[in-house]
Amino acid sequence: MERSFEKYFRQNRLPHMWCPGCGNGIVTKAVIMAIEKAGFSQDNTVIVSGIGCSSRASGYMDFDTLHTAHGRAIPFATGVKMANPDLNVIVLTGDGDCTAIGGNHFIHGCRRNVDLTVVLFNNNIYGMTGGQASPMTPTGKKATTAPYGAIDRPFDACKLAEAAGATYVARSTAFHVQHLADMIKGGLDSHGFSFIEAMCQCPTAFGRNNKMADPAKMMMALRDGVMMKAAWDKLPAEKQAERFPIGVLCQKEYIDYAKAYDTVIEKAGGRA
Amino acid sequence: MAEFTIKTARCKGCGICVAFCPKQVLEVDELGKVQVVNREACIVCGQCELRCPDYAIFVDKGGATA
Amino acid sequence: MSKATLMQGNEAVALGAIEAGVRFFGGYPITPSTEIAEKMAELLPEVGGRFVQMEDEIASVGAVLGASLAGAKALTATSGPGFSLKQELIGYASEAEIPAVIVDVQRVGPATGQPTSPAQGDVMQARWGTHGDHPMIAISPWTVRECFDMGIEAVNLAERFRQPVILLMDEIVGHLRERVELPEKEDIVVYPRRKPKKTREEGYQPYAVGDDLVPDIADFGTGYRIHVTGLIHDETGFPSGSPAVTRKAIDRLHQKIMIAKDEVVKTESLLLDDAEYAVVAFGGTARTAYQAVLDARRKGVKIGMLRLRTIWPFAAEAVYEVARKVKGILVPELNYGQLVGEIERAAKGACPVELLAKYNAEIFTPAEIEEAIMAMVGGNK
Repeated sequence: MERSFEKYFRQNRLPHMWCPGCGNGIVTKAVIMAIEKAGFSQDNTVIVSGIGCSSRASGYMDFDTLHTAHGRAIPFATGVKMANPDLNVIVLTGDGDCTAIGGNHFIHGCRRNVDLTVVLFNNNIYGMTGGQASPMTPTGKKATTAPYGAIDRPFDACKLAEAAGATYVARSTAFHVQHLADMIKGGLDSHGFSFIEAMCQCPTAFGRNNKMADPAKMMMALRDGVMMKAAWDKLPAEKQAERFPIGVLCQKEYIDYAKAYDTVIEKAGGRA
Repeated sequence: MAEFTIKTARCKGCGICVAFCPKQVLEVDELGKVQVVNREACIVCGQCELRCPDYAIFVDKGGATA
Repeated sequence: MSKATLMQGNEAVALGAIEAGVRFFGGYPITPSTEIAEKMAELLPEVGGRFVQMEDEIASVGAVLGASLAGAKALTATSGPGFSLKQELIGYASEAEIPAVIVDVQRVGPATGQPTSPAQGDVMQARWGTHGDHPMIAISPWTVRECFDMGIEAVNLAERFRQPVILLMDEIVGHLRERVELPEKEDIVVYPRRKPKKTREEGYQPYAVGDDLVPDIADFGTGYRIHVTGLIHDETGFPSGSPAVTRKAIDRLHQKIMIAKDEVVKTESLLLDDAEYAVVAFGGTARTAYQAVLDARRKGVKIGMLRLRTIWPFAAEAVYEVARKVKGILVPELNYGQLVGEIERAAKGACPVELLAKYNAEIFTPAEIEEAIMAMVGGNK
């Protein structure tokens, strides 16, 4: 039976370009499921992406879609939202795109609390360029630019988002598809900067370099590497370090940027 | 009886559906495409569909007979 | 005529942009362009527009391009080092055909250079600053009134050609305060945002073009569900790796400007009718050069001036017409010698072209240019 979410895909663009077993397809479906649940109109929703494997997702989605430059999705999305605050704006980005070349844009998007939903496809690697280390490659893991294992410490993008002022922060994985869709839906329902880290597998560039090229086994590793936040909270600190908490990590109320700017327009005597 | 819809053109044969199927219903054939080999055993849990990265396999509760 | 006021060049650009319909500004403070951002921050909310001070120069262009795609006419302003940073997304705007105005108030470089001092060293960066082949439009004002007019013109050109437009100012004009009379509102011509001529059902393609070779790309949120990318793409807007599509796409980007060159390229001829010598100048330097031309005329030298309003595309035909008629062209510019190469190329050897370069962070004096004029005339006797 044809699934109702199929209408949100550009059918003539599928099958997508991602490698066999890539988690990006799963995360993209979770985004679509969340959009369907949130009831967003295809004509009133803009998908903005950066550069990299994850950012190709925008081309498969039947909305107004904007495939920007490397790292720049959040500034473009900020412009879209501020020019027309009635649009729903969703940003799809990767770990390199968002936390390396786009790192400054990311923290400032959080700080302004622009009403965007940012989904970070975290596969711990630069996949498109063939497996270079990203700021979210775990210490010790191998990459083509870290052939002896990475010595850099990885960012915890969720903590970064929370500290920078994002008002909704959540994490899930490509294994927990339904949960991931729920986390994204929570972001779509929130007003302000929503950030969802979607941990996912890259069997081709990350897996192969790290003795785990089987996509299903990588997904099982994702499953075993995380824990629901409520249970994780009860772990002793040394045990917490072994797993990532998943679920809603932060949720607070703060005026979103476009609404805040409405007060500026009012003070200036203009009409919004 | 489970009813499968397989969009063969989308399938890349990654084996995720095969690995997560609790009843060994699926296989990847020699052409690298998913095929149903034990439909009777399917319990329509939907694990295959849920995790398919390519939107290639869909499973529904079908009619009583094959 | 409106009442005369004392106004600064940077302020006039902001006022012009608002008149042209600009409703979004994303920017980052940098001397000597900051007054444009400050004025936009004040004016935009008054007209229901929005101003965002972005985290850096790249983000400023990013936000401007996003806003433009969402339907707002948009502008940013910068200088020197900021202009270098902006190049990445100026290239993106060229390729994705997004209307946007980038004001560059030139200062001394390279690097941090002399932040508060005038220069005209970004002439070539304005043309070739980003990677790859693309056309460029850059215009350069010489008075405060023209800052206002070109604030409007830059926005109109950006909208007409769906193209980034550089308003190439310099510190001289940007910080100049002079008496200005602004035009009546009803005399201002504004080019409206282009709209699709077909519906989705009629087979609309965002990058398909008609006779003017400029696409009518739908604004986001109007139901067309378009895809915009910086990758080479075909009429559908989706990427294509085809050599034929690549060549066609790059050809069209250039042709859309070249077939309308007469509409874009503007020069001003001053005292050239009987001229035996000419000065070719632009921006703030043209002010000094014109005084030097007047002074030299008083001493009996038949000299005129060609002022380049448009820097890119280069006014090659107009320069050649002058070169054919005169015995020599002097090119004063506040750099080590940038535009002079283009002028030599355009003159095709019809007359000698001499450079008067100045790059010590000071503006020209009329006496310096007059002296160079006299040397050129004397050398020919």
